[in-house]
Amino acid sequence: MSTKKSSKKGVKRDAKPRAKPGAKPSAKRTTAVAKPKGARTPRSASAKTAPKALVPSASEFMAYAYAMEAEAAERYAEFADAMEVHNNREVAELFRKLSRIEQIHADQILEQMGWKQAPATTADVRWQGSEGPETADPTELHYLMQPYHALQIALHNEKRARDFFAHLAKASKDAGVRAGALEMKEEEAEHVRLIESWLERTPVPEAGWEADLDPPVLSD
Amino acid sequence: MNSSATTAAAAAPITAQAFKSDYKPIWCPGCGDYSVLSSFTKAFAKLNLLPENIAVVSGIGCSSRIPAYTTCYGFHGVHGRSLAAAAGLKLARPDLTVVVASGDGDGYSIGGNHFLHACRRNVDLTYVVMDNHVYGMTKGQPSPTTEPDWDSKLSPGGTGLRTFNPLVIALAAGANFVARAFAGDPNGTAGIIAEAISTPGFSFVEILSPCVTFRPEQREWKQQVRPAPVTHTDDAARAARRLMTDDGFNIGVLYKGERKPYQPPIGKGKKHPSDLEAEFAL
Amino acid sequence: MSKHREKIKGNISIAITGSGGAGVMTAGNLLLEVAAQAGWYGLMVRSSGPQIRGGEAAALLRFSHAPVECLDDRFDILIGIDWQNIHRFADEIPLDATSVMIGDPEQGEPPEVFVQRGARYAPLPFKQMAKAIPGSWPNMIALGLGAGLCGLPQESVHAVLQKSLKKGGGEKMAANLAAADAGYAAAANVPAVPRLAHKNAHGAKVQARWLITGNQAAGFGVVRGGVRFCAAYPITPATEVLEWLAPALPKVGGTLVQAEDELASVNMIVGASYGGVPAVTATSGPGLSLMIEAIGLAVAAEVPIVVIDVMRGGPSTGIPAKSEQSDVNIAVNGLHGDAPRIVVAPNSIADCVSATQWAVYLAEAMQSPAIVLSDQYFGQTRAVVDPPADIGLVGERLKPNAGAEGYKRYAITESGISPMSIPGMPGTAYTADGLEHNERGLPSSQSGDHIRQLDKRAKKLAEFDYGERWADVEGKGELAIVTFGSCTGAAREALARADAEGIKARLVSLRLLSPSQPERLAAALAGAKRLLVVEQNHTGQLYRYLRAEYDLPGEVKSFRHAGPLPMRPDEIHQQITEWSRA
Repeated sequence: MSTKKSSKKGVKRDAKPRAKPGAKPSAKRTTAVAKPKGARTPRSASAKTAPKALVPSASEFMAYAYAMEAEAAERYAEFADAMEVHNNREVAELFRKLSRIEQIHADQILEQMGWKQAPATTADVRWQGSEGPETADPTELHYLMQPYHALQIALHNEKRARDFFAHLAKASKDAGVRAGALEMKEEEAEHVRLIESWLERTPVPEAGWEADLDPPVLSD
Repeated sequence: MNSSATTAAAAAPITAQAFKSDYKPIWCPGCGDYSVLSSFTKAFAKLNLLPENIAVVSGIGCSSRIPAYTTCYGFHGVHGRSLAAAAGLKLARPDLTVVVASGDGDGYSIGGNHFLHACRRNVDLTYVVMDNHVYGMTKGQPSPTTEPDWDSKLSPGGTGLRTFNPLVIALAAGANFVARAFAGDPNGTAGIIAEAISTPGFSFVEILSPCVTFRPEQREWKQQVRPAPVTHTDDAARAARRLMTDDGFNIGVLYKGERKPYQPPIGKGKKHPSDLEAEFAL
Repeated sequence: MSKHREKIKGNISIAITGSGGAGVMTAGNLLLEVAAQAGWYGLMVRSSGPQIRGGEAAALLRFSHAPVECLDDRFDILIGIDWQNIHRFADEIPLDATSVMIGDPEQGEPPEVFVQRGARYAPLPFKQMAKAIPGSWPNMIALGLGAGLCGLPQESVHAVLQKSLKKGGGEKMAANLAAADAGYAAAANVPAVPRLAHKNAHGAKVQARWLITGNQAAGFGVVRGGVRFCAAYPITPATEVLEWLAPALPKVGGTLVQAEDELASVNMIVGASYGGVPAVTATSGPGLSLMIEAIGLAVAAEVPIVVIDVMRGGPSTGIPAKSEQSDVNIAVNGLHGDAPRIVVAPNSIADCVSATQWAVYLAEAMQSPAIVLSDQYFGQTRAVVDPPADIGLVGERLKPNAGAEGYKRYAITESGISPMSIPGMPGTAYTADGLEHNERGLPSSQSGDHIRQLDKRAKKLAEFDYGERWADVEGKGELAIVTFGSCTGAAREALARADAEGIKARLVSLRLLSPSQPERLAAALAGAKRLLVVEQNHTGQLYRYLRAEYDLPGEVKSFRHAGPLPMRPDEIHQQITEWSRA
């Protein structure tokens, strides 16, 4: 069992749920104005979970790419649902949009490969962490998050996907995979640029965006 | 292995999506339980089960809301008694795959006694506890796995009590499969749950599942978890020693035994009630 | 809809709704504090969606210059900071053509279900107005608007905000004061709503009142009564009683411990009380079901305990965050065996203090368990009340003289109450037992002993002098309302309306449900020809109980409905009117 001493007070949160610096990732968000737009430290990178032998074989490569997009699409759809239930309509719609985009990418791969249905893949989709390069981390969510935050998440994932393919383009022993990876890397880089352009048009959240004066509510 | 004879047809393998219902969870965005739900569905799909042959039994609490979010049969019972209800179900219907879902409050506090006896009895169940070191649904009270110094309204200044070590208790009480998982790794967790279901007897999986609302510092868990440094053992004493000295963040299957599951025969006797009358006849 | 409403002392009902961080409850609570500051009475009921955070929320308030005990039949004002999922509150916020809705046009149209009621709509751009005042929140605009619409003095708004925002720092204060002022000013542009006439200016000398919830009141009441030990297990909607007691008990030399479940918490308090320390726990229906066995133990072993049941929608897990009066059956009948016990029901939020204090006194005096039937409506509603006077009754149990020769714990006495020795007292040790026992407390299966002890336990409750507190009997008339708990407020108001129409009716609000009081009820109902038993449950539990326990005079009717909607004054008023004419 964890012997780590708890570092947070539970009861005080009712009064003023402000992010305390260093304790929550949102601490970064409140200083978003100062940071360069788009800059973000990936939080899911963990030295302890070094990437396993993830370089897929040639035959697996496209199935792997498909799995990445499909997982990302599903994850954004889950986020959209959660936001909808929590009355955050704006962000729900944005995640819905992002999900559809990933689904389009996935469908494009199906079409390109002439596959009638999703390919089975035995590879466990992981990259620098426990999940696929393009799969968003649920712990980045907050029920009061704003479109800017959602786009930051998307940007982070697109960059990871781009970096993953860049890695494959060098590391794979198969020329076909290297070529395919290079192509995908360019596509992901395009997505990165797209998200960045959206971010430019998106208002940066003000300090105190996560303030909710009301305490949590009993349910059961 | 559960004795369900009907699995999905090999031609069109069932997807994880088929196990997810349309009912949207009310869990706070960022809650680890979303990942656990995903792991459930992936595990069921991996084992090629059918929703109608699975029963998800739960108690009361955020984690216990999970049955309705699946397309399986579900039983959302009363606080702390999910293991009892599940045992009854499995003993009467050994053909079903019975998965029990609970939280650290529901499972280790009010459910503590049933936990001991479920491990001892070793019915073929899979018990998944989503541990977030707090009572979430009733607004943040300490649970048996909460650190002693965690301040709350009900225990100002902290309980001052040692935390409960459910994995060691499970071993001591006779559980046949003990594992720890982490919600931040849904695929890994799915694999562990699938193995737990496939292993006959009482399989216990503790899933560290962060609570973003009452324990936001648990976001750091993803930096602290690691794969268990050694493969699982079938020696209960060795497993207990490991568990009593680990820091609570070793992830993976930690113990796997060979105990035969408890399942008295049901539906086997063929006598008719009238066959029993002879005893009373003069 | 009664046309006689204007004759009744003025009151105004306002609802504030919104979702996902809108701060509705905060605004509502602040508005209630503003009213208190201005010398008004009022209360606030909360309603929310199932999400733990970010869900849709409604703050339902009512203000008056006379004490307010219940919500009205309708709302004058509905302020929607936004409208997401607010339609779910439609049944709880009845509107009509004289109501007015104010909403942010940016958030879309008000839900159809409200529009259909004919309420007038006035748009107000909350979000824009808040943006125009950097650092302010839309709910502060709503607060100011609400205060303005109700006719509350602006100085009271300032005073309350200054106090509450002090922690936030200077800039927050200025911004939100400005926001509240903007809302207050905007009230002038909203279609006319009857305002409550100013009775007191801000800060006028009114006797110091309290702002308190029923759960806090119940916790305070048991402490007044002498409780110094509590074992707690959280359950909606009782957790706040325990959370209030957790820091309070140590201050008065007591302690609270969190138990692993309700079986543990109730057995712990039996143990503590056996040790001589008056003890309490609080729970709701599902927890009470678990506690039944140990309550029976306390009956058999004659150990005083108080169990507060903050009733919620049943059966089973039911509707945890909503009120209902459906635990009468289990409270008066739930124990196996012949097991008499005390059941007390507070009938107002202020009465949650006195009634629980009384319950401790009764439990200790008679060495018996006492179940207190509060409910979610009382428990989680916050109200401005006149401070309940200390009823001066503190729990004290009869004790033997030290070293009394031949001490018999369960001696047969005139009153049925036998001195209870406390561990530590020399010469009078005994073993408390759930097993039937003889006078010395040794287990016995003898018929004589069983009858003697059953008689003793029944007698001590039946012959105790409960005094005037057993019920509130008000008014005269041939028609009598018999009720208990949270229906009392609505019944009182219904009677006032009927009285204004010249219909005379009386009210009997039972505070002591068990043991029954045949003589007292007969006296209270003398001359009554028609009894209307009013309660908030599906099967008429109080009605059936009364018919079982009492010979009731005249015609008896049951008027009831289950939760989650409250019993409203007009529902009862209509029953009175119709039955009086028939």
